[in-house]
Amino acid sequence: MGQRPWYFRVLLTFLRNSLVRDMTFRANFLIDTVSSISWVFMNLGFYLLIFSYTPTIGARTGWGKYEFFLFLATTLLINSLVRGLFLENAVEFSEQIRTGALDFALLKPIDTQFLVSLNRFEWAAVGPLACGLLLLAYSLGHVEHTPGALQAVLYVFYVLCGVVIYYSLMISMAATSIWLGQNRNLLDFWFYVTNFSRYPMEIYEKGLGFALLYVFTYFIPVLTAVNVPARLLAKPFSPTTLADWLLPGFAVAATAISLAVSRWIFNRALLSYRSASS
Amino acid sequence: MPARLATWWTILRISLEERLVYRGDFALGTLMRFLPIVTQMFLWWAVFEAIGADKGGGAVAGYTYHNMVAYYLLTMISRAFSSMPGLASGIAQDIRDGTVKKYLIQPIDMLGFLLLNRVAHKLVYYLVAVVPFVVVFSLCRQFFSGWPPPQTLLACLAFLLGYFLEATLGMIGFWLLEVNSLLFVYMLFSFFCSGHMFPIDMLPSPWRGLVEAMPLQYLAYFPAAVFLGKVTGAELVRGLCTQLCWVVFFIVTARAAFHFGTRRYSAYGG
Repeated sequence: MGQRPWYFRVLLTFLRNSLVRDMTFRANFLIDTVSSISWVFMNLGFYLLIFSYTPTIGARTGWGKYEFFLFLATTLLINSLVRGLFLENAVEFSEQIRTGALDFALLKPIDTQFLVSLNRFEWAAVGPLACGLLLLAYSLGHVEHTPGALQAVLYVFYVLCGVVIYYSLMISMAATSIWLGQNRNLLDFWFYVTNFSRYPMEIYEKGLGFALLYVFTYFIPVLTAVNVPARLLAKPFSPTTLADWLLPGFAVAATAISLAVSRWIFNRALLSYRSASS
Repeated sequence: MPARLATWWTILRISLEERLVYRGDFALGTLMRFLPIVTQMFLWWAVFEAIGADKGGGAVAGYTYHNMVAYYLLTMISRAFSSMPGLASGIAQDIRDGTVKKYLIQPIDMLGFLLLNRVAHKLVYYLVAVVPFVVVFSLCRQFFSGWPPPQTLLACLAFLLGYFLEATLGMIGFWLLEVNSLLFVYMLFSFFCSGHMFPIDMLPSPWRGLVEAMPLQYLAYFPAAVFLGKVTGAELVRGLCTQLCWVVFFIVTARAAFHFGTRRYSAYGG
């Protein structure tokens, strides 16, 4: 009694339980995986179609076909990890607030944010994750330069930063359900916000796009989350000026700030929670 | 006949009142649905810039940048007619939990009832969504060359096609217990093949021929292409006739699915 739970072991238990649950409904799991992969292929088909008309996305941006596929692979990796680890939990969290089932999570002798964020892993997200890794490997073989070991290590680090930024945004949005009573449009809002990070930030460098660029780079840093790791692999890595270090440096700061802010929002929201059950 | 008309009118009135409860949600949801088009506008701008079209260079599959943006905005109107959120999954749910039996014991035809319900849904949707649509289309008026030709109104057929196609899909629930995954797969294919994702005449052969042989193009691509003047004359007449044939096909299929489905349906419990 009174001992702190071993969080890593609890996480492994969550993963195993989720796998057992998914394997209980194998056909459903298979269809989920196939449909997720189909969506990846449809997107890939769309971009292949675009590149049959143009050599690059934007003039003099350096986002050629395979560079863009590295970007796409990075988006896939971050999205799949976020979907697998957190998406279903965030939706469930909103529902627990509405029904009052959050009481059970609050009573457990473990950090509530950890419990509600990770208790269910969506194994069907492994399909698109694998597609992302394959696309990454395939595209790396076709870009003009070969990333070094430092770039590879930094890439993994920044992908994880991207996952943390996305997670922070998602859990903050889900926590607002406590104040709103319900947040049925969580998935829609999530889709609309992350939609802005689907393309390289250079495409917004014109007219009204600058406003979007600043908002989604610095205030809701979804563009930072994807663009920093993607650029590490897609473009030659030769930081010489302060400006070259600015965005990667900001990405680290944005990760820490996003996590801290989301933790604060989560705890503030919990203070306002009134059980819905009788 | 007057009694039947009175019933239909009552159903429509109740459905309208029910739908008006969520008018705020409708308006916000409609405005939000334009957001993905913003990113598409920037993506296509980057593509046209790369091929030098902004300096009088080429076009993409016959589309200028203005055409492309207009196309995406117009598919929003097509989808406002043809999309049937929750219809197929609602029918499948009614079959699974036994609610469908109310249509078997009451003198109300399920397809007719749900059609009126959907008409009410759309009427309220247009009433509320007209504000966000007017705002967005006014802001983007430079992408359009003028008012739509009268034949664009025939896009209303997309409503009937969307309704009977999705109703048929929902009634697969009479044969399969769980159809949600199947509906998700349909949604993916529909997004890609209806022209919602991109104009389907961008596709190379044989993919273009394959997609054009499906009814899905009439849900988004065809009405938008008619507006843009890409389908005219004999091609327009042929397209409309084919669309009408698909509507009739799905009316018959939906009726047959309900007829045979209710014959194998078993409901347990009270």
